[in-house]
Amino acid sequence: MTVGDPCFALRMTGIRKAFPGVLALDGVDLDVRQGEVHVLLGENGAGKSTLMKILSGAVTRDAGTIEIDGRVVSIESPRQAHDLGVRTIYQELTLVPHLSAAENVFLGREPRRAPGIIDARRMREQTEGILASLGVRIDPGHAVRDLGIAQQQMVEVAKALDDRARIFIMDEPTSALTDAEINELFATIERLTARGAGVLYISHRLEEVSRIGQRVTVLRDGRRVATHDVRDVTIPQLIRLMANRDLAEHFPKRRTMRGEELLRVVGLRRRGVLHDVGLTVHRGEVVGVAGLLGAGRTELARAIIGADARDAGRIFIKGAEVPMRHPAHAIALGVGFLPEDRKTQGLVQTLSVVDNIALPSLGRWSRGGIVRTSRHTEIGRRLVQDLRIKTLGLQQTVLQLSGGNQQKVVLAKWLAAHADVLIMDEPTRGIDVAAKVEIYELMNQLTARGAAILMISSELPEILGMSDRILVMRLGRLVAEFTAAEATQERVLQAALGHAA
Amino acid sequence: MIASFGGRQLGTLFGLIGLCALLTVLTPHFLTISNLLNVTEQTTINAVIAVGMTFVILSAGIDLSVGSIVALTGVVLGSALHSGVPVPAAILLSLTTGAVCGLLNGLLITRGGLPPFIATLGMMSIARGVALLFTDGRPISGFSAGFREISTGRPLMIPAPVLVMIVVYVTAHFVLTRTTFGRYVYAIGGNEEATRLSGVRVGFHKTMVYAVSGVTSAVAAVTLTARLNSAQPIAGMMYELDAIAATVIGGTSLLGGSGTLVGTLIGALIMGVLRNGLNLLGISSFLQQVVIGGVIIAAVLVDSLLNARSQRRRARIAPSPAPTAGSAEGITR
Repeated sequence: MTVGDPCFALRMTGIRKAFPGVLALDGVDLDVRQGEVHVLLGENGAGKSTLMKILSGAVTRDAGTIEIDGRVVSIESPRQAHDLGVRTIYQELTLVPHLSAAENVFLGREPRRAPGIIDARRMREQTEGILASLGVRIDPGHAVRDLGIAQQQMVEVAKALDDRARIFIMDEPTSALTDAEINELFATIERLTARGAGVLYISHRLEEVSRIGQRVTVLRDGRRVATHDVRDVTIPQLIRLMANRDLAEHFPKRRTMRGEELLRVVGLRRRGVLHDVGLTVHRGEVVGVAGLLGAGRTELARAIIGADARDAGRIFIKGAEVPMRHPAHAIALGVGFLPEDRKTQGLVQTLSVVDNIALPSLGRWSRGGIVRTSRHTEIGRRLVQDLRIKTLGLQQTVLQLSGGNQQKVVLAKWLAAHADVLIMDEPTRGIDVAAKVEIYELMNQLTARGAAILMISSELPEILGMSDRILVMRLGRLVAEFTAAEATQERVLQAALGHAA
Repeated sequence: MIASFGGRQLGTLFGLIGLCALLTVLTPHFLTISNLLNVTEQTTINAVIAVGMTFVILSAGIDLSVGSIVALTGVVLGSALHSGVPVPAAILLSLTTGAVCGLLNGLLITRGGLPPFIATLGMMSIARGVALLFTDGRPISGFSAGFREISTGRPLMIPAPVLVMIVVYVTAHFVLTRTTFGRYVYAIGGNEEATRLSGVRVGFHKTMVYAVSGVTSAVAAVTLTARLNSAQPIAGMMYELDAIAATVIGGTSLLGGSGTLVGTLIGALIMGVLRNGLNLLGISSFLQQVVIGGVIIAAVLVDSLLNARSQRRRARIAPSPAPTAGSAEGITR
């Protein structure tokens, strides 16, 4: 195969993309032939979505070339990607719910009878034609919100489908579909490839690989580790390829004596999200919670602290059952929560460092409803020093801090509030390596002082490197538990994917 | 940071000073003691309502019902006085009515899940309607001299309404800056979810914010009734817009989370001075509306342009967190 080979719908070579502190893609090669479905596999954070964003123009690459139909192209914007025939079907659908299927398909390019006057009949007929060519039966006049998710997806495909469409990128399209709907989607994909389009198919469901794909590429830590013909690989082999990440990252884990039980959760249920989850966390212990995106890990944390309602389940703190129906209860009981999104949930960006640190403790520190600023300053200053938060001063707004320092402020909030059970959701996401190690060191200090940590993480090395025990969630259930000694990347990943060894 | 006097307030203050200077040049009647007292007195009503509005807007809400609450609490006060209720008790009754209206607003928003715009729009119509029903559409006029002291009195040489305004501002400023409730108002407006996850009873505090707004409207109604010597069910029309304008000109963000009462006071004074100046210059009331609308838009436009510029500056620094962290480190060492 030479440069300019037209039988490749898409060919990417040496794609590189760095974000502050992270090398998301490191010289990735990937091609999709005309009429082929190429499956892209990889753990959370392996670089799949960055690659997808580069193709769709949402992110620009730092280096590398992209060829479409044998021509070298530059993709700098979503518009350019669209003009080049790249069509992305996102997991989150981008339809307008109360418009009809036809209106959605032609949104922004409605056929007109006269300037400004939509030719509704032609729009309907053409939509009908497109949907029929995809082999789906949907009334084009139906409001999209009344359709099932699979049908909405078909409308999304129909919307993406025009004469110039060459490459379809599908991001976990089956994650919300039933088996029958998956069959329908796969039939549609086959029709697309029959027209000569190439499909880049991102999925977590390994059993789909051989059903729909011709070739499969595995990404790991921003690098391509393998590309195979699907007939040449087995599911266990794929799992092995996805796992086995470099454990070069430094985890300064120090083990502490496990003390009394601080948190016990029994029979936690939330309809459609959590099914009968139970766990315990003891003093001095870090319990890691692994799982794929959407496995219900964040939902578990929120249900424990009472941020979301529970349908059933009992929570015990130090052996005594507690109500915990509101985060205020959690704080009063010494349970702190570091949410996965610092910006929207962990911090009030308009407030200063010290005001954020004081927020959960304001009530306790005040006298007769009047706050004691000197106390805030005193405790704030001590925590900024202890946690080595790099700030221009206590009065600096947190908006201006780097990610690592912001996360330390969130941690400082809970230390100030004397939380001894800390639930950390992705504690090091978006933080540079040096700051990560600092956060790990702080976790060590906390457990040494007798705190209990429940750590949710999508990074397997972090889970393996920092946990004393590891729980694995899948589809809202706890499906496996490992001690630190038993756990390997492969075993945890197998459990998370639902493929027992 | 919620400095009581940040750069934004300074800008508004210069705007006020510039406006005063301009009017001094344009008309000899502006810079006289009696006129300045007059302006201040006329500003008090809007300034006091704007205190509650500032609380509400800081919490990322809006209160459209303040003008109607002024009317309702005014007629409650008037009829209480007419039926022989002692002045302090009548005032208390009026303030309680305002608080109840505000509480209803707050409960509709926090318990009922209504957007603040809708809940207070409904209350705007309801309070007005109740005031009209209650009085059969007629004003209640003629009160004792003792009650009218609230308007005519000059304790410490200061006009009583101005004194009322000062007390309201000092108290409210203390509440906003030094009490847990005040700090929560800023936190809720800045990020409601993060505040909730920090264990703050967001619903309760939001409800109280609207109660505060109801009470300040009632305080304004008391001074207004005393000044007019009449309680009118059609009083307070469009007051909500003046209060919102004062708050926003004063630098409080409509997105919530940032702003100060000092700014609001200056904003209210700008509105008052502008009205007064346009009157002194003999500009028709029709044209006045146009000018005032233009000033409101200009003030906020300047603000958002400045914001956009500082955000672009920040964006240029932001993508590489390492150097900023490094420089910060240099300072802390």
